[in-house]
Amino acid sequence: MSNNSLGATARRDLWWLEPAGTFAVLVLFIAYAAWVGLSGTHYEWGPYLSPFYSPLFKPTWWPFSPAILVLIVPLGFRTTCYFYRRVYYRAFFMDPPACAVGEARKHYEGETKLLVFQNFHRFFVYLAVVFLVFFVIDDIHAMMWPINGILPNGQMAPGPKTFGIGLGTIIMVLDLIFLSFYTFGCHFLRHLVGGSLDCFSCSKTKETRHGIWKIISKLNEHHMAWGWISLGWVTFTDLYIRLCSMGIIHDVRIF
Amino acid sequence: MRSIRLKIFRGTSNSGEFKEYTLEVEEGMVVLDAIHRLQATQSPDLACRWNCKAGKCGSCSAEINGKPRLMCMTRLNDLPVNKTITIAPLQTFPIMKDLATDVSWNYQVNKKITPFTPKSNAEWHWEQKDIDRIQEFRKCIECFLCQDVCHVLRVHQKHSVYAGPRFFVRMAALEMHPIDSADRLPFLKTDAGLGYCNITKCCTQVCPESIAITDNAIIPLKERVVDRFYDPIFILFRKLFKKK
Repeated sequence: MSNNSLGATARRDLWWLEPAGTFAVLVLFIAYAAWVGLSGTHYEWGPYLSPFYSPLFKPTWWPFSPAILVLIVPLGFRTTCYFYRRVYYRAFFMDPPACAVGEARKHYEGETKLLVFQNFHRFFVYLAVVFLVFFVIDDIHAMMWPINGILPNGQMAPGPKTFGIGLGTIIMVLDLIFLSFYTFGCHFLRHLVGGSLDCFSCSKTKETRHGIWKIISKLNEHHMAWGWISLGWVTFTDLYIRLCSMGIIHDVRIF
Repeated sequence: MRSIRLKIFRGTSNSGEFKEYTLEVEEGMVVLDAIHRLQATQSPDLACRWNCKAGKCGSCSAEINGKPRLMCMTRLNDLPVNKTITIAPLQTFPIMKDLATDVSWNYQVNKKITPFTPKSNAEWHWEQKDIDRIQEFRKCIECFLCQDVCHVLRVHQKHSVYAGPRFFVRMAALEMHPIDSADRLPFLKTDAGLGYCNITKCCTQVCPESIAITDNAIIPLKERVVDRFYDPIFILFRKLFKKK
């Protein structure tokens, strides 16, 4: 009775919409990220720094875009994330494309052979948390405006700085918030802080860990949403700073 | 009273075909009601398994319009009744007759799992927070819809090397129990084939008890397996401090 060829199903709903939409969104993001990451230009304007280039390392011996040195961390973090694994296994590998739908590949090893590296997600999580600290520093910088203003080329004029908020500052702070919600809702962090315990009430330390575990569990319930929101917003943040840097739009200084 | 069209699989694993029926139904009926009416009025030899008709026994699992669901919990109103409704047996298991499948493989897998093994000096007292996680897993009614939809079993037929979501839920409940002392992680990694799961979350989507199978059972177990077998820092830490 069973027919497991690609796309074979008795489902009547638009099951293909989710993998097709996901595929389109991710291809667009990958194309944009590759273009931004390789360009090596227009990633700064005034006190703003694109999240694609943060933390900014520009060693003299490195002839390529500085983004290449740092993008490996968010790339590794997201590609090994449980949520994104589900997404691209479905959309790119059609393994399966949707529930109760036939798939293309007949030989299947899951995450036991080649994909066993997914088990090292936790090391990217550690690095992603460190990157959040850099984003905090970037946001603080985004609130420090030169008294002498921004030069026409987008560089900060020399001289003392003062506190200020621009529209780009708010966009960058929101980016940090969304990335934090996504990162701290991670399944591995949930496991690390308390999920690995069998008894939450056995000591004061374990009770504290249970409290943190509950908070992370709440974030984890919406891990998918934060994953998409943070992906979209990080793109938007870069685009805003890029357009400011290119002179196509002008940043709004709020105070 | 209105009329609906049903297309139901009739036959066994060896031979069978979908047969069409037209049936008079009433407001509020579920798919299982329609099957019962069909048995009573047109096809008394139509086989289907059922028991409670309340979504608690897990017997009447089937694939309705291609989706694994409980027949007793699927209202006809919620289906596009102007089109023919397809009802098929669970694809993952051998068909005994019509809508009844042989799910005995699941019971064989269950026997391989080390049962609850309390610590010898255990104090049989714990707090609610210690068993909140486990209570979610205890809601399982063993309808095996998760086993049916899991592509590792459904498409790739890895029955010999993979236990399936239902038994990951059971093992999670045991592993997370505050006074259980058995170690099932080696079994999970090898015989139970936890690594074959690629987080499609289909099991979670079809669970009639809304158990967050992937997020609360499978992924936490995967992380425990990583702690034990893959993470060099954890492995070194255990060796240094002689923790198992």
